[in-house]
Amino acid sequence: MSEPIARRVPVPGAASRMLAVLRRELAGYFVTPVAYVFIVIFLLVTGLFTFSGDLGGFFERGQADLRPFFVFHPWLYLFLIPAVSMRLWAEERRQGTIELLMTLPVPLWAAIVGKFFAAWAFVAIALALTTPLWVTVNYLGDPDNGVIVAGYVGSLLMAGAYLAIGSCVSALTRNQVIAFIITVVVCFAFLLPGFGPVTALLSAWAPARLVEAVASFSFLTRFESVAKGVIDLRDMVYFASVIALFLFGTAAAIEGKKAA
Amino acid sequence: MIDIRALSKRFGPLVAVDGVSFTVRRGEVLGFLGPNGAGKSTTMKMVTGFLAPSAGTAVVCGHDVVQEPLAVKERIGYLPEGAPAYPDMTPESFLRFVGSVRGFRGAALRNRIDELVSVVHLEGVMRQPIDTLSKGYKRRVGLAAAILHDPDVLIMDEPTDGLDPNQKHEVRQLIRAMAPDKAIVLSTHILEEVEAVCTRAVIITRGRVVADGTPAELQARSRSHNAVRIAVRVASPALAGGVRDELARLRYVEAVEPCPSDNGSATFVVRPKAGRAILPEVTTCVRAKGWEVDELRVEEGRLDEVFRDITTGPMANGGAR
Repeated sequence: MSEPIARRVPVPGAASRMLAVLRRELAGYFVTPVAYVFIVIFLLVTGLFTFSGDLGGFFERGQADLRPFFVFHPWLYLFLIPAVSMRLWAEERRQGTIELLMTLPVPLWAAIVGKFFAAWAFVAIALALTTPLWVTVNYLGDPDNGVIVAGYVGSLLMAGAYLAIGSCVSALTRNQVIAFIITVVVCFAFLLPGFGPVTALLSAWAPARLVEAVASFSFLTRFESVAKGVIDLRDMVYFASVIALFLFGTAAAIEGKKAA
Repeated sequence: MIDIRALSKRFGPLVAVDGVSFTVRRGEVLGFLGPNGAGKSTTMKMVTGFLAPSAGTAVVCGHDVVQEPLAVKERIGYLPEGAPAYPDMTPESFLRFVGSVRGFRGAALRNRIDELVSVVHLEGVMRQPIDTLSKGYKRRVGLAAAILHDPDVLIMDEPTDGLDPNQKHEVRQLIRAMAPDKAIVLSTHILEEVEAVCTRAVIITRGRVVADGTPAELQARSRSHNAVRIAVRVASPALAGGVRDELARLRYVEAVEPCPSDNGSATFVVRPKAGRAILPEVTTCVRAKGWEVDELRVEEGRLDEVFRDITTGPMANGGAR
């Protein structure tokens, strides 16, 4: 017999293993109709919100920008992103494939980050499919493209934060429906502090500085500041920290089940 | 190559695995036996790094699974119970995924997958979703994934469970073919499998090792080990009692049990005292009496008997403590 195969291939680094997980996961979105259904719904709903006279009022505003498009993203993502993230870990646990994945020589962080990036890439693809809107406003008028780029960056960052939350929740259960519902609730909690009615309620008795501090914890506040065209380092750091925090939470949830 | 050291696992108040220790060397095929819920799967999950041990550890090819889980995972091929695989993927894409995690790329990956397809016979199903495959094929896909990197250590949780007799035979042949240069552990509750492929058997019950030996050694612990089965031609059934008495009078004979038999002969199982060889005594008697013998055979002992005795006996109820 020839030399054992195991010795013929170089031991791959953690990064290439992470990429293997990412590729598998991303391809996994597209082998079922779920991905296409998601993308179609995403495009339909964004379109509806943007162009509807009562909601976005894209035409009625008479302004060449994408504000009517971006303004609904925090609310749209509240329901659409958990649908993307719910399967990340819950499905692995339900199918028993988590045992396979966790006994392959993939470091835990690489599995978590690989899956997270796959979900993020999927959302990025859906978001990229909205660029005809961008082309349209450029055709219709003379928009500030910097603001639009900022809007896309902010939207993607916010999607990442939602996904990280979803990843963590998904790691805690084997039931996708439960993962979906809890993720919606947790994400909603991250919207509320900056939501108009809530800030109004708070400012009735709390000092303005406190209201502002509370609101700064909201995706809504952060996203709106980015979407205005101001790419502020603090907002980037905020979203990055939320992502990091919940990915660590995912690791803790998986390690916890391993030791249980 | 596998050194399991006082491995324990508690799930809350339940002690699933309680100080299990054994070693497996290259060339050995260890059958890991025990009733359902004895802790077989849990032990395997700890050795492969899926579950963290509550105490103890396992050392695989010199790497401690608690300290260096990745080094251990690189060296183990593991087929989990039920051979889980991503149902939406095809065997092709699934094996490509496992191969790329294992460091195979490009032509090396393609060639290795082609090899595996012929080794485990996946021809014709490589492009079907795993979901749509029969149990036998699914198991083979899992097996292909486990041996993809030609690991030194192969751990399989019930590799033949749910397969039809032909498929079982094929999997066993494959295991036998791989055995000489690997350390293999397989769990099963099919005892014929142990006799067919294993060089050693470890029996656990309630999380503790209660027997460890070659299948032959375990068989020797059977009550029917060295028992002699004899069928004597008799003129009429009434004479069978006389034959029985003669046999019972022999030296070292513990008991003589009549067995159902076809017409014309009286069949007995003669059980020896303490597993002694009693064939000489029996043949001498046969010659002396001038019996016409239709069948004469020494029983090796039955694993299922040993298994039942060991796993339901006083030892199993914590008598060893």
